[in-house]
Amino acid sequence: MSVRSESTERRNIKIIVNGHRHDVEIETRLTLADCLRHHLGLTGTHLGCEHGVCGACTVLINGKTARSCLTLAVQADGSEVTTVEGISDDNGELHPLQQAFHEHHALQCGFCTAGILISMLEFIEENPNPDESEVREALSGNICRCTGYQGIVHAVLDAAQRLRTPDQDRSA
Amino acid sequence: MTEGLIGTSVRRLEDAALLTGKGRFVDDIELPRMLECAFVRSPHPHAVIRSINSDPAVKLPGVHAVFSYADLAPLFIKNFIPPDNPALEFAETTKAIVLAEDEVCYVGEIVAIVVADTRYIAEDALALVDVDYEILPAISDCRDAIAPDAARAHRHASNNIVAEFRTEYGDCDTAFSNAFHILNLSLKQHRGSGHPIEGRGIVIEFDSTNDGLTAWSSTQGAHRVRNSLVDIFGLDETRVRAATPDVGGGFGSKHIVYPEEIIAAGAALLLKRSIKWIEDRREHFLAAIQERDQYWDIEVATDVKGHLLGVRGSMIHDQGAYTLLGFNVPHNASLAVPGPYVLPNYQLDVIIATTNRVGTIPVRGAGYPEGTFTMERILDRVANDLGIGRDEVRRRNLISADMIPYELPIRARDGSTTHYESGDYPACLQKALDGSDFEGFQVRQAEARSQGRYIGIGLANCTKITGRGPFETGIVRIGPSGQITVYTGAMAMGQGIKTAYAQICADQFGVDPKNVKVIAGDTRTVPMGIGGFGSRQTVTAGSSIHLASIEVREKALKTAAHMLEVSEQDLELRDGKINVKGVSELSVTLSDVAKALSGAVGYSRPKDIPLGLEATVNFLPTGLTYGNGVHVVEVEVDISTGGVEVTRYVVVNDSGRLINPLIAEGQIIGGVAHGIGNSLFEWMGYDETGQPITTTFADYLLPTAPVVPNVEIVHHETPSTVNPLGVKGVGESGVIPAAPAIMSAIENALDPFGVNISETPISPPRIIELIQEATSKP
Repeated sequence: MSVRSESTERRNIKIIVNGHRHDVEIETRLTLADCLRHHLGLTGTHLGCEHGVCGACTVLINGKTARSCLTLAVQADGSEVTTVEGISDDNGELHPLQQAFHEHHALQCGFCTAGILISMLEFIEENPNPDESEVREALSGNICRCTGYQGIVHAVLDAAQRLRTPDQDRSA
Repeated sequence: MTEGLIGTSVRRLEDAALLTGKGRFVDDIELPRMLECAFVRSPHPHAVIRSINSDPAVKLPGVHAVFSYADLAPLFIKNFIPPDNPALEFAETTKAIVLAEDEVCYVGEIVAIVVADTRYIAEDALALVDVDYEILPAISDCRDAIAPDAARAHRHASNNIVAEFRTEYGDCDTAFSNAFHILNLSLKQHRGSGHPIEGRGIVIEFDSTNDGLTAWSSTQGAHRVRNSLVDIFGLDETRVRAATPDVGGGFGSKHIVYPEEIIAAGAALLLKRSIKWIEDRREHFLAAIQERDQYWDIEVATDVKGHLLGVRGSMIHDQGAYTLLGFNVPHNASLAVPGPYVLPNYQLDVIIATTNRVGTIPVRGAGYPEGTFTMERILDRVANDLGIGRDEVRRRNLISADMIPYELPIRARDGSTTHYESGDYPACLQKALDGSDFEGFQVRQAEARSQGRYIGIGLANCTKITGRGPFETGIVRIGPSGQITVYTGAMAMGQGIKTAYAQICADQFGVDPKNVKVIAGDTRTVPMGIGGFGSRQTVTAGSSIHLASIEVREKALKTAAHMLEVSEQDLELRDGKINVKGVSELSVTLSDVAKALSGAVGYSRPKDIPLGLEATVNFLPTGLTYGNGVHVVEVEVDISTGGVEVTRYVVVNDSGRLINPLIAEGQIIGGVAHGIGNSLFEWMGYDETGQPITTTFADYLLPTAPVVPNVEIVHHETPSTVNPLGVKGVGESGVIPAAPAIMSAIENALDPFGVNISETPISPPRIIELIQEATSKP
């Protein structure tokens, strides 16, 4: 019975998700992914492997990518978390990265897409002017079974270009 | 007549929800009082279950029940999932049982289900279910399995043979006696699992109003799920519905009904509660289907110019522990050997062996990759032996355009012969050679070698049977709101078929595809259906939807003519509105027409037109349709590490008339990536006792972005002659010739060492080993 007693310790945490504050009481063993999905109803974050390889569950914690399947919700206590639901603006307009994914057929089943969008948001932020091999390297932590990555790579390059300020432009 | 939507790269209607986190996958479904479950699985490849003690687990707070065979058997009319062809004859002991009674035959086989408030608690309780096993000898390798003294995969079986069959035509004996050249090759072919990024999962919604069930399944076959629940529990169709939420990829992994789905439904019936099961990736490795192993021994006869005279030999196929669907993989593999070539005489003896590993059924490509690998390896060997170019040997053997339609006296599963109804294989090959600068490669290769770099080029052709019938329903209905809706038994699992079907339908009404809703994979809206596999749905459902749309369009025009008191010929339909040609104010909307056909008390309606602005069509294809493709690949091999980089990839693909080129290209590129995985990365390992040894994505490698190159696609569109749209399936064509093209390229790169590759996948250490073996030969 020790399995159960050790695992049911509960704690209150506060997290800000996509700009909204949530106070939740959770089991300490609850993963951040399950907290987002099943306690906060944010089901856009997906679980593909639950062992930290596929990257589908990637979210931003205080602006840095993290695998929400390997992160406990209590570890995010006091943090700001961004999920796929928080990428587009409040009017529902797609973010340029999402728009580029749509135009370049960068998704098929869409299951890995949330994690890829989040990973690429961070990547473009840090590398506003990437070349193709840099995009492919940055994508290497996310597995997509459907697309063969080609549309994703083209979408990221296109979005980076759309998001670049003139002083970030290599060619400028 | 059409507005020209077919053939345009309409951006997908599915995307907006998926890009903003608003998709609805099975694990996103929440229902009142829903419980969750986990499965107790055998840790042994082969064992007898002596006893199960679930008392400690049941006592765990939050656990509602633990059910094993003894609890669920009273609900079952039969404890097995029927194969797709009820007449199939195979070893009785390999029937796809739902729940182990007293013997488990692979690691991961279900022994019991634990139902609890949450998946966390259910998984805690797994460790508290005490199963006493008596371990039995196991058989892991299908080659060992067929030996007379081999351990039995099933303890009551007299041997490990599931079935044997021969695929043949012509007269091989004569062909071989007249041969100029005879060569032998042995091939070891392996394909792993489908590995959609969303694993398997099901929500069983219990309906207390009729003690019925709705199965929300992440499946490639909603109707198969419904039919299995009906069959196994003896429920009538009014009490069972199967429907699909968004499905996160299939690739074959979701093509069968799994024991988990049946057992979860049984638990829901016993507890009268809704139950969710979501697998984790480890379970997918253990208990989702794979395609796995085939061992081919082939003898080839040619004339002096390298024309094939005959191919004969044998193949052993690893069926795994159970016959889950049938023999599709070995059967298709045997059928795929001739491909686009003139092969006058052919004979293959196939032995299907049962082993203590999880069952095998088709993964994307379904045996075609293996049959194609065999033929393409044969041709490379012939080219090498006779000193003919690899392109030239193919040119000499291809079926020429004027031989099409071409009848191959080989029988498909439904007994029909293989009938290549349209296509131009030599033209496709030439396009691929031109598009890849195959000719000019020698110069680049010589230059690279002078720098100590080993680059190579390879090529392969394939044909693919597509559009397998018997049918897939298309219902087109326009409601009083004016909403055009397509209902189909076809399954959406990420391909973009909702967009393609919306295009096909919108084309008849002159509306934006966005205005057409497509409801797929729900047994409540479409009573009959087959499912999403075998590159079949655009051919079958697409044609049905096309014909139903035409019927509804004609009905709308006829009704409008009555309403406007003009002749039909004077009407035009545009933007969802029907008006008298040149008089836009004399018009009715589709909504008006739908209302008129809904009937209203006290109003007259056109007497000769049946009620309802809708049509249902079950198009029955008169034959299968065959797509074809050519892949040309360049690689660079690092001879110090054995690492292979795929540096260029050219595809010529003929999938008939394309509905949406963007979506078709997505299918091809995704298939190529899968093929690269099958060639270089994906290996599902088992040890000699039958224990799986690659059960994470860190052990079993899926292709990632840096290892998949951009794919250059050239379309060749030869319309099919056996369906009204002229389409052929495209879902699998990208994967089929990938492995032989890549192996051909690696061999070409390593030509100075004389390396021969006869296996898939190939790892860097194995390449080093092959180089060493080749160079140490005297």
